Amino acid sequence: MKSKWSLTVGSKTHNFGSLKELMAKASPMRSGDVLAGIAAADYEERVAAQMCLADVPLSMFLEEPLIPYEKDEVTRLILDSHDKEAFRPISTLSVGEFRDWLLRYETDANLLREISGGITPEMAAAVSKIMSNQDLVLAASKCRVITAFRDTIGLKGRFSSRLQPNHPFDDIKGIAASIVDGLMYGVGDAVIGVNPATDNTKTIVNLLKFLDAVISEYEIPTQSCVLSHVSTTIKMIEAGMPVDLVFQSLAGTEIANKNFGVNLSMLKEAREAALSLHRGTVGDNVMYFETGQGTALSANGNWDVDMQTCEARAYAVARQFKPLLVNTVVGFIGPEYLYNGKQIIRAGLEDHFCAKLLGLPMGCDVCYTNHAETDQDDQDTLLTMLGAAGLTYIMGIPGWDDIMLGNQTTSFHDVQYIRQLYRLAPAPEFEAWLKKSGIYSDFKLINNKENTFKRILDYGDVSK
Amino acid sequence: METFLSNSSENENIRANSMPNAVSAPDSWIGLQRYTSARIAIGRTGGSQRTPSILDFRLAHARARDAVHATFNPEELAKKFAEAGFESVILHTPIRDKQTYLMNPDMGRVLDEDSKKKLREFAKNWKGRDFAVIVSDGLSATAANLNAVDTVKALAEFLPEREWAMTPIIIVPFARVKIQDAIGEEIGIRHAIVLIGERPGLGSPDSLSAYFTYKPVWNTVESDRNCVSNIRPLGMPPRLAAKKLAMLLKESLSLGISGTALKDNIDDSQLLDESKDKKLM
Repeated sequence: MKSKWSLTVGSKTHNFGSLKELMAKASPMRSGDVLAGIAAADYEERVAAQMCLADVPLSMFLEEPLIPYEKDEVTRLILDSHDKEAFRPISTLSVGEFRDWLLRYETDANLLREISGGITPEMAAAVSKIMSNQDLVLAASKCRVITAFRDTIGLKGRFSSRLQPNHPFDDIKGIAASIVDGLMYGVGDAVIGVNPATDNTKTIVNLLKFLDAVISEYEIPTQSCVLSHVSTTIKMIEAGMPVDLVFQSLAGTEIANKNFGVNLSMLKEAREAALSLHRGTVGDNVMYFETGQGTALSANGNWDVDMQTCEARAYAVARQFKPLLVNTVVGFIGPEYLYNGKQIIRAGLEDHFCAKLLGLPMGCDVCYTNHAETDQDDQDTLLTMLGAAGLTYIMGIPGWDDIMLGNQTTSFHDVQYIRQLYRLAPAPEFEAWLKKSGIYSDFKLINNKENTFKRILDYGDVSK
Repeated sequence: METFLSNSSENENIRANSMPNAVSAPDSWIGLQRYTSARIAIGRTGGSQRTPSILDFRLAHARARDAVHATFNPEELAKKFAEAGFESVILHTPIRDKQTYLMNPDMGRVLDEDSKKKLREFAKNWKGRDFAVIVSDGLSATAANLNAVDTVKALAEFLPEREWAMTPIIIVPFARVKIQDAIGEEIGIRHAIVLIGERPGLGSPDSLSAYFTYKPVWNTVESDRNCVSNIRPLGMPPRLAAKKLAMLLKESLSLGISGTALKDNIDDSQLLDESKDKKLM
């Protein structure tokens, strides 16, 4: 007997037990879905699932939640906040027709912004599964998402970067030295963001004060962030510490977020606390989120939904809180989830496309671990494709080597590469500051003066 | 190349990734390198990385990759243990190749049927033993090959035989940390420790980790374990790591617990009080 989800190809009939099984089997191959036991059994079954999925009406995703409404607050958020008016122009389309609609000449940034609230993460994930890599690049490049705090991120012709000056023992002088290096390379308009090695209160206080002093002293039009748990940041705000952005790692299911120690009401509370400080000058986007395929699975909170769909659901959580920045940390999780360069590249393009379609200021931590079957050349490929796709920002690390996290991420030099290649400038306020400081002009670095930011090292002394 | 550099007095203190050449040079703020091991002030050619920094990075990544894919020879390691005066046995998970290992964490957490049978046989002669010592290549065969024997030797020295009668060293290729629970479940041991190769970092391809558990059983969870990591000559040297582990293990025995409830209050500098340890730092 044929199930509701089935497809006959020649003499063979492929049956799929449910919409979530169909989604999982239609996903391009990745090790995490195999590990979860939900991937297609062979090449033909995968394509058959994609063919079957192409005929599913978009509206079906509103009627058949992949994860039960009663049991998951992310599902409730997605369905309760769905904008029916925005959905109307695409409401009669199937998944396959939606792909064609996205790629029409007439579908532009304005139209995509208008329908954004009508697209659910599951619709975005579904269409991405039948899109090729070039489709993901082209469709994402049409989207434009603009956010602001002390500078404006995401404008046309712009490309931003996070200065990530991590140090294995949170040594302030060590962090200061990496900040000087990054600023001299014109990096940091998205955020100067430190991953602390511990959640130790005194360390976080020192880092917040130090970053605030650097930004104030040199009047840098950017924002700082110490990437600690949201509950720690709330305490910091209550203690009167200079918090610009609230950071949190997010996942796409309630169980997985619980594993991170967060839920929707905590995020709401944190955002309101940060807004109450009124520290933004040109905008009030105060949240910074990181995500990544595989987090729901590793927390045993995936409900047999594929990794990429779970990831897209995290974007529904993110967009609820109007973030300044969101990025996927695409190669961090390891080869049991994304095995090699091919899988990491595909996942990076999917994440960027889905997030942009859903209206997020999406960046990417193009990164990898040493036990994944990949190397710097694969990273170059993903970085170049994301640059073409209109990526909002990347990480900037000295010489690709994150000495605290023990993985490899894009470098200060990679930022220059994208600027030169696509003639993209930093955020306008930051660009003006770089020019005034004599560091940058016309997509090029120009300064090599040793003492431009000498006092930053002195602050490193004071904080000790 | 390195020999040449060290002979050149002019460039003596310059890192390999920052060496000047005829076309490009490190950045003028190169003095800041003394504050961090991050790859700062490495210079640029146009906006791109210079040849010395690209090649230096590639070498570090190559070493890390080689560590992941280095062949682990359990018989060879057993021989080294024998030379150091330790009996050992070799058991197996269901995994026989690296790719399967990398993609299937669950398979690395159990013994295959044959090994379970063998272990039960061995255990008949292990009555009265307190402490199972397990060694695996994990994510760095280099780490297990270079640092496991030294760590075990020192551990045996710091733990009194009376309370810490050891099983023979149980060598298990392609295992995960949880293998100690599978072994504990079979033989009902008081303490188990796994010495396992860590995911290699760029500067540390030979890093070993030690995880121990009080009364490990199949439903033991990660928060029931204690860990000492970065065990390698240039990180936490094996002898110091063993000393720290011994202190934690004795505390674990006296309190009858392990994991997050067992607090690590050891000041690592205290570990250096013996003069013979000082030269190891």
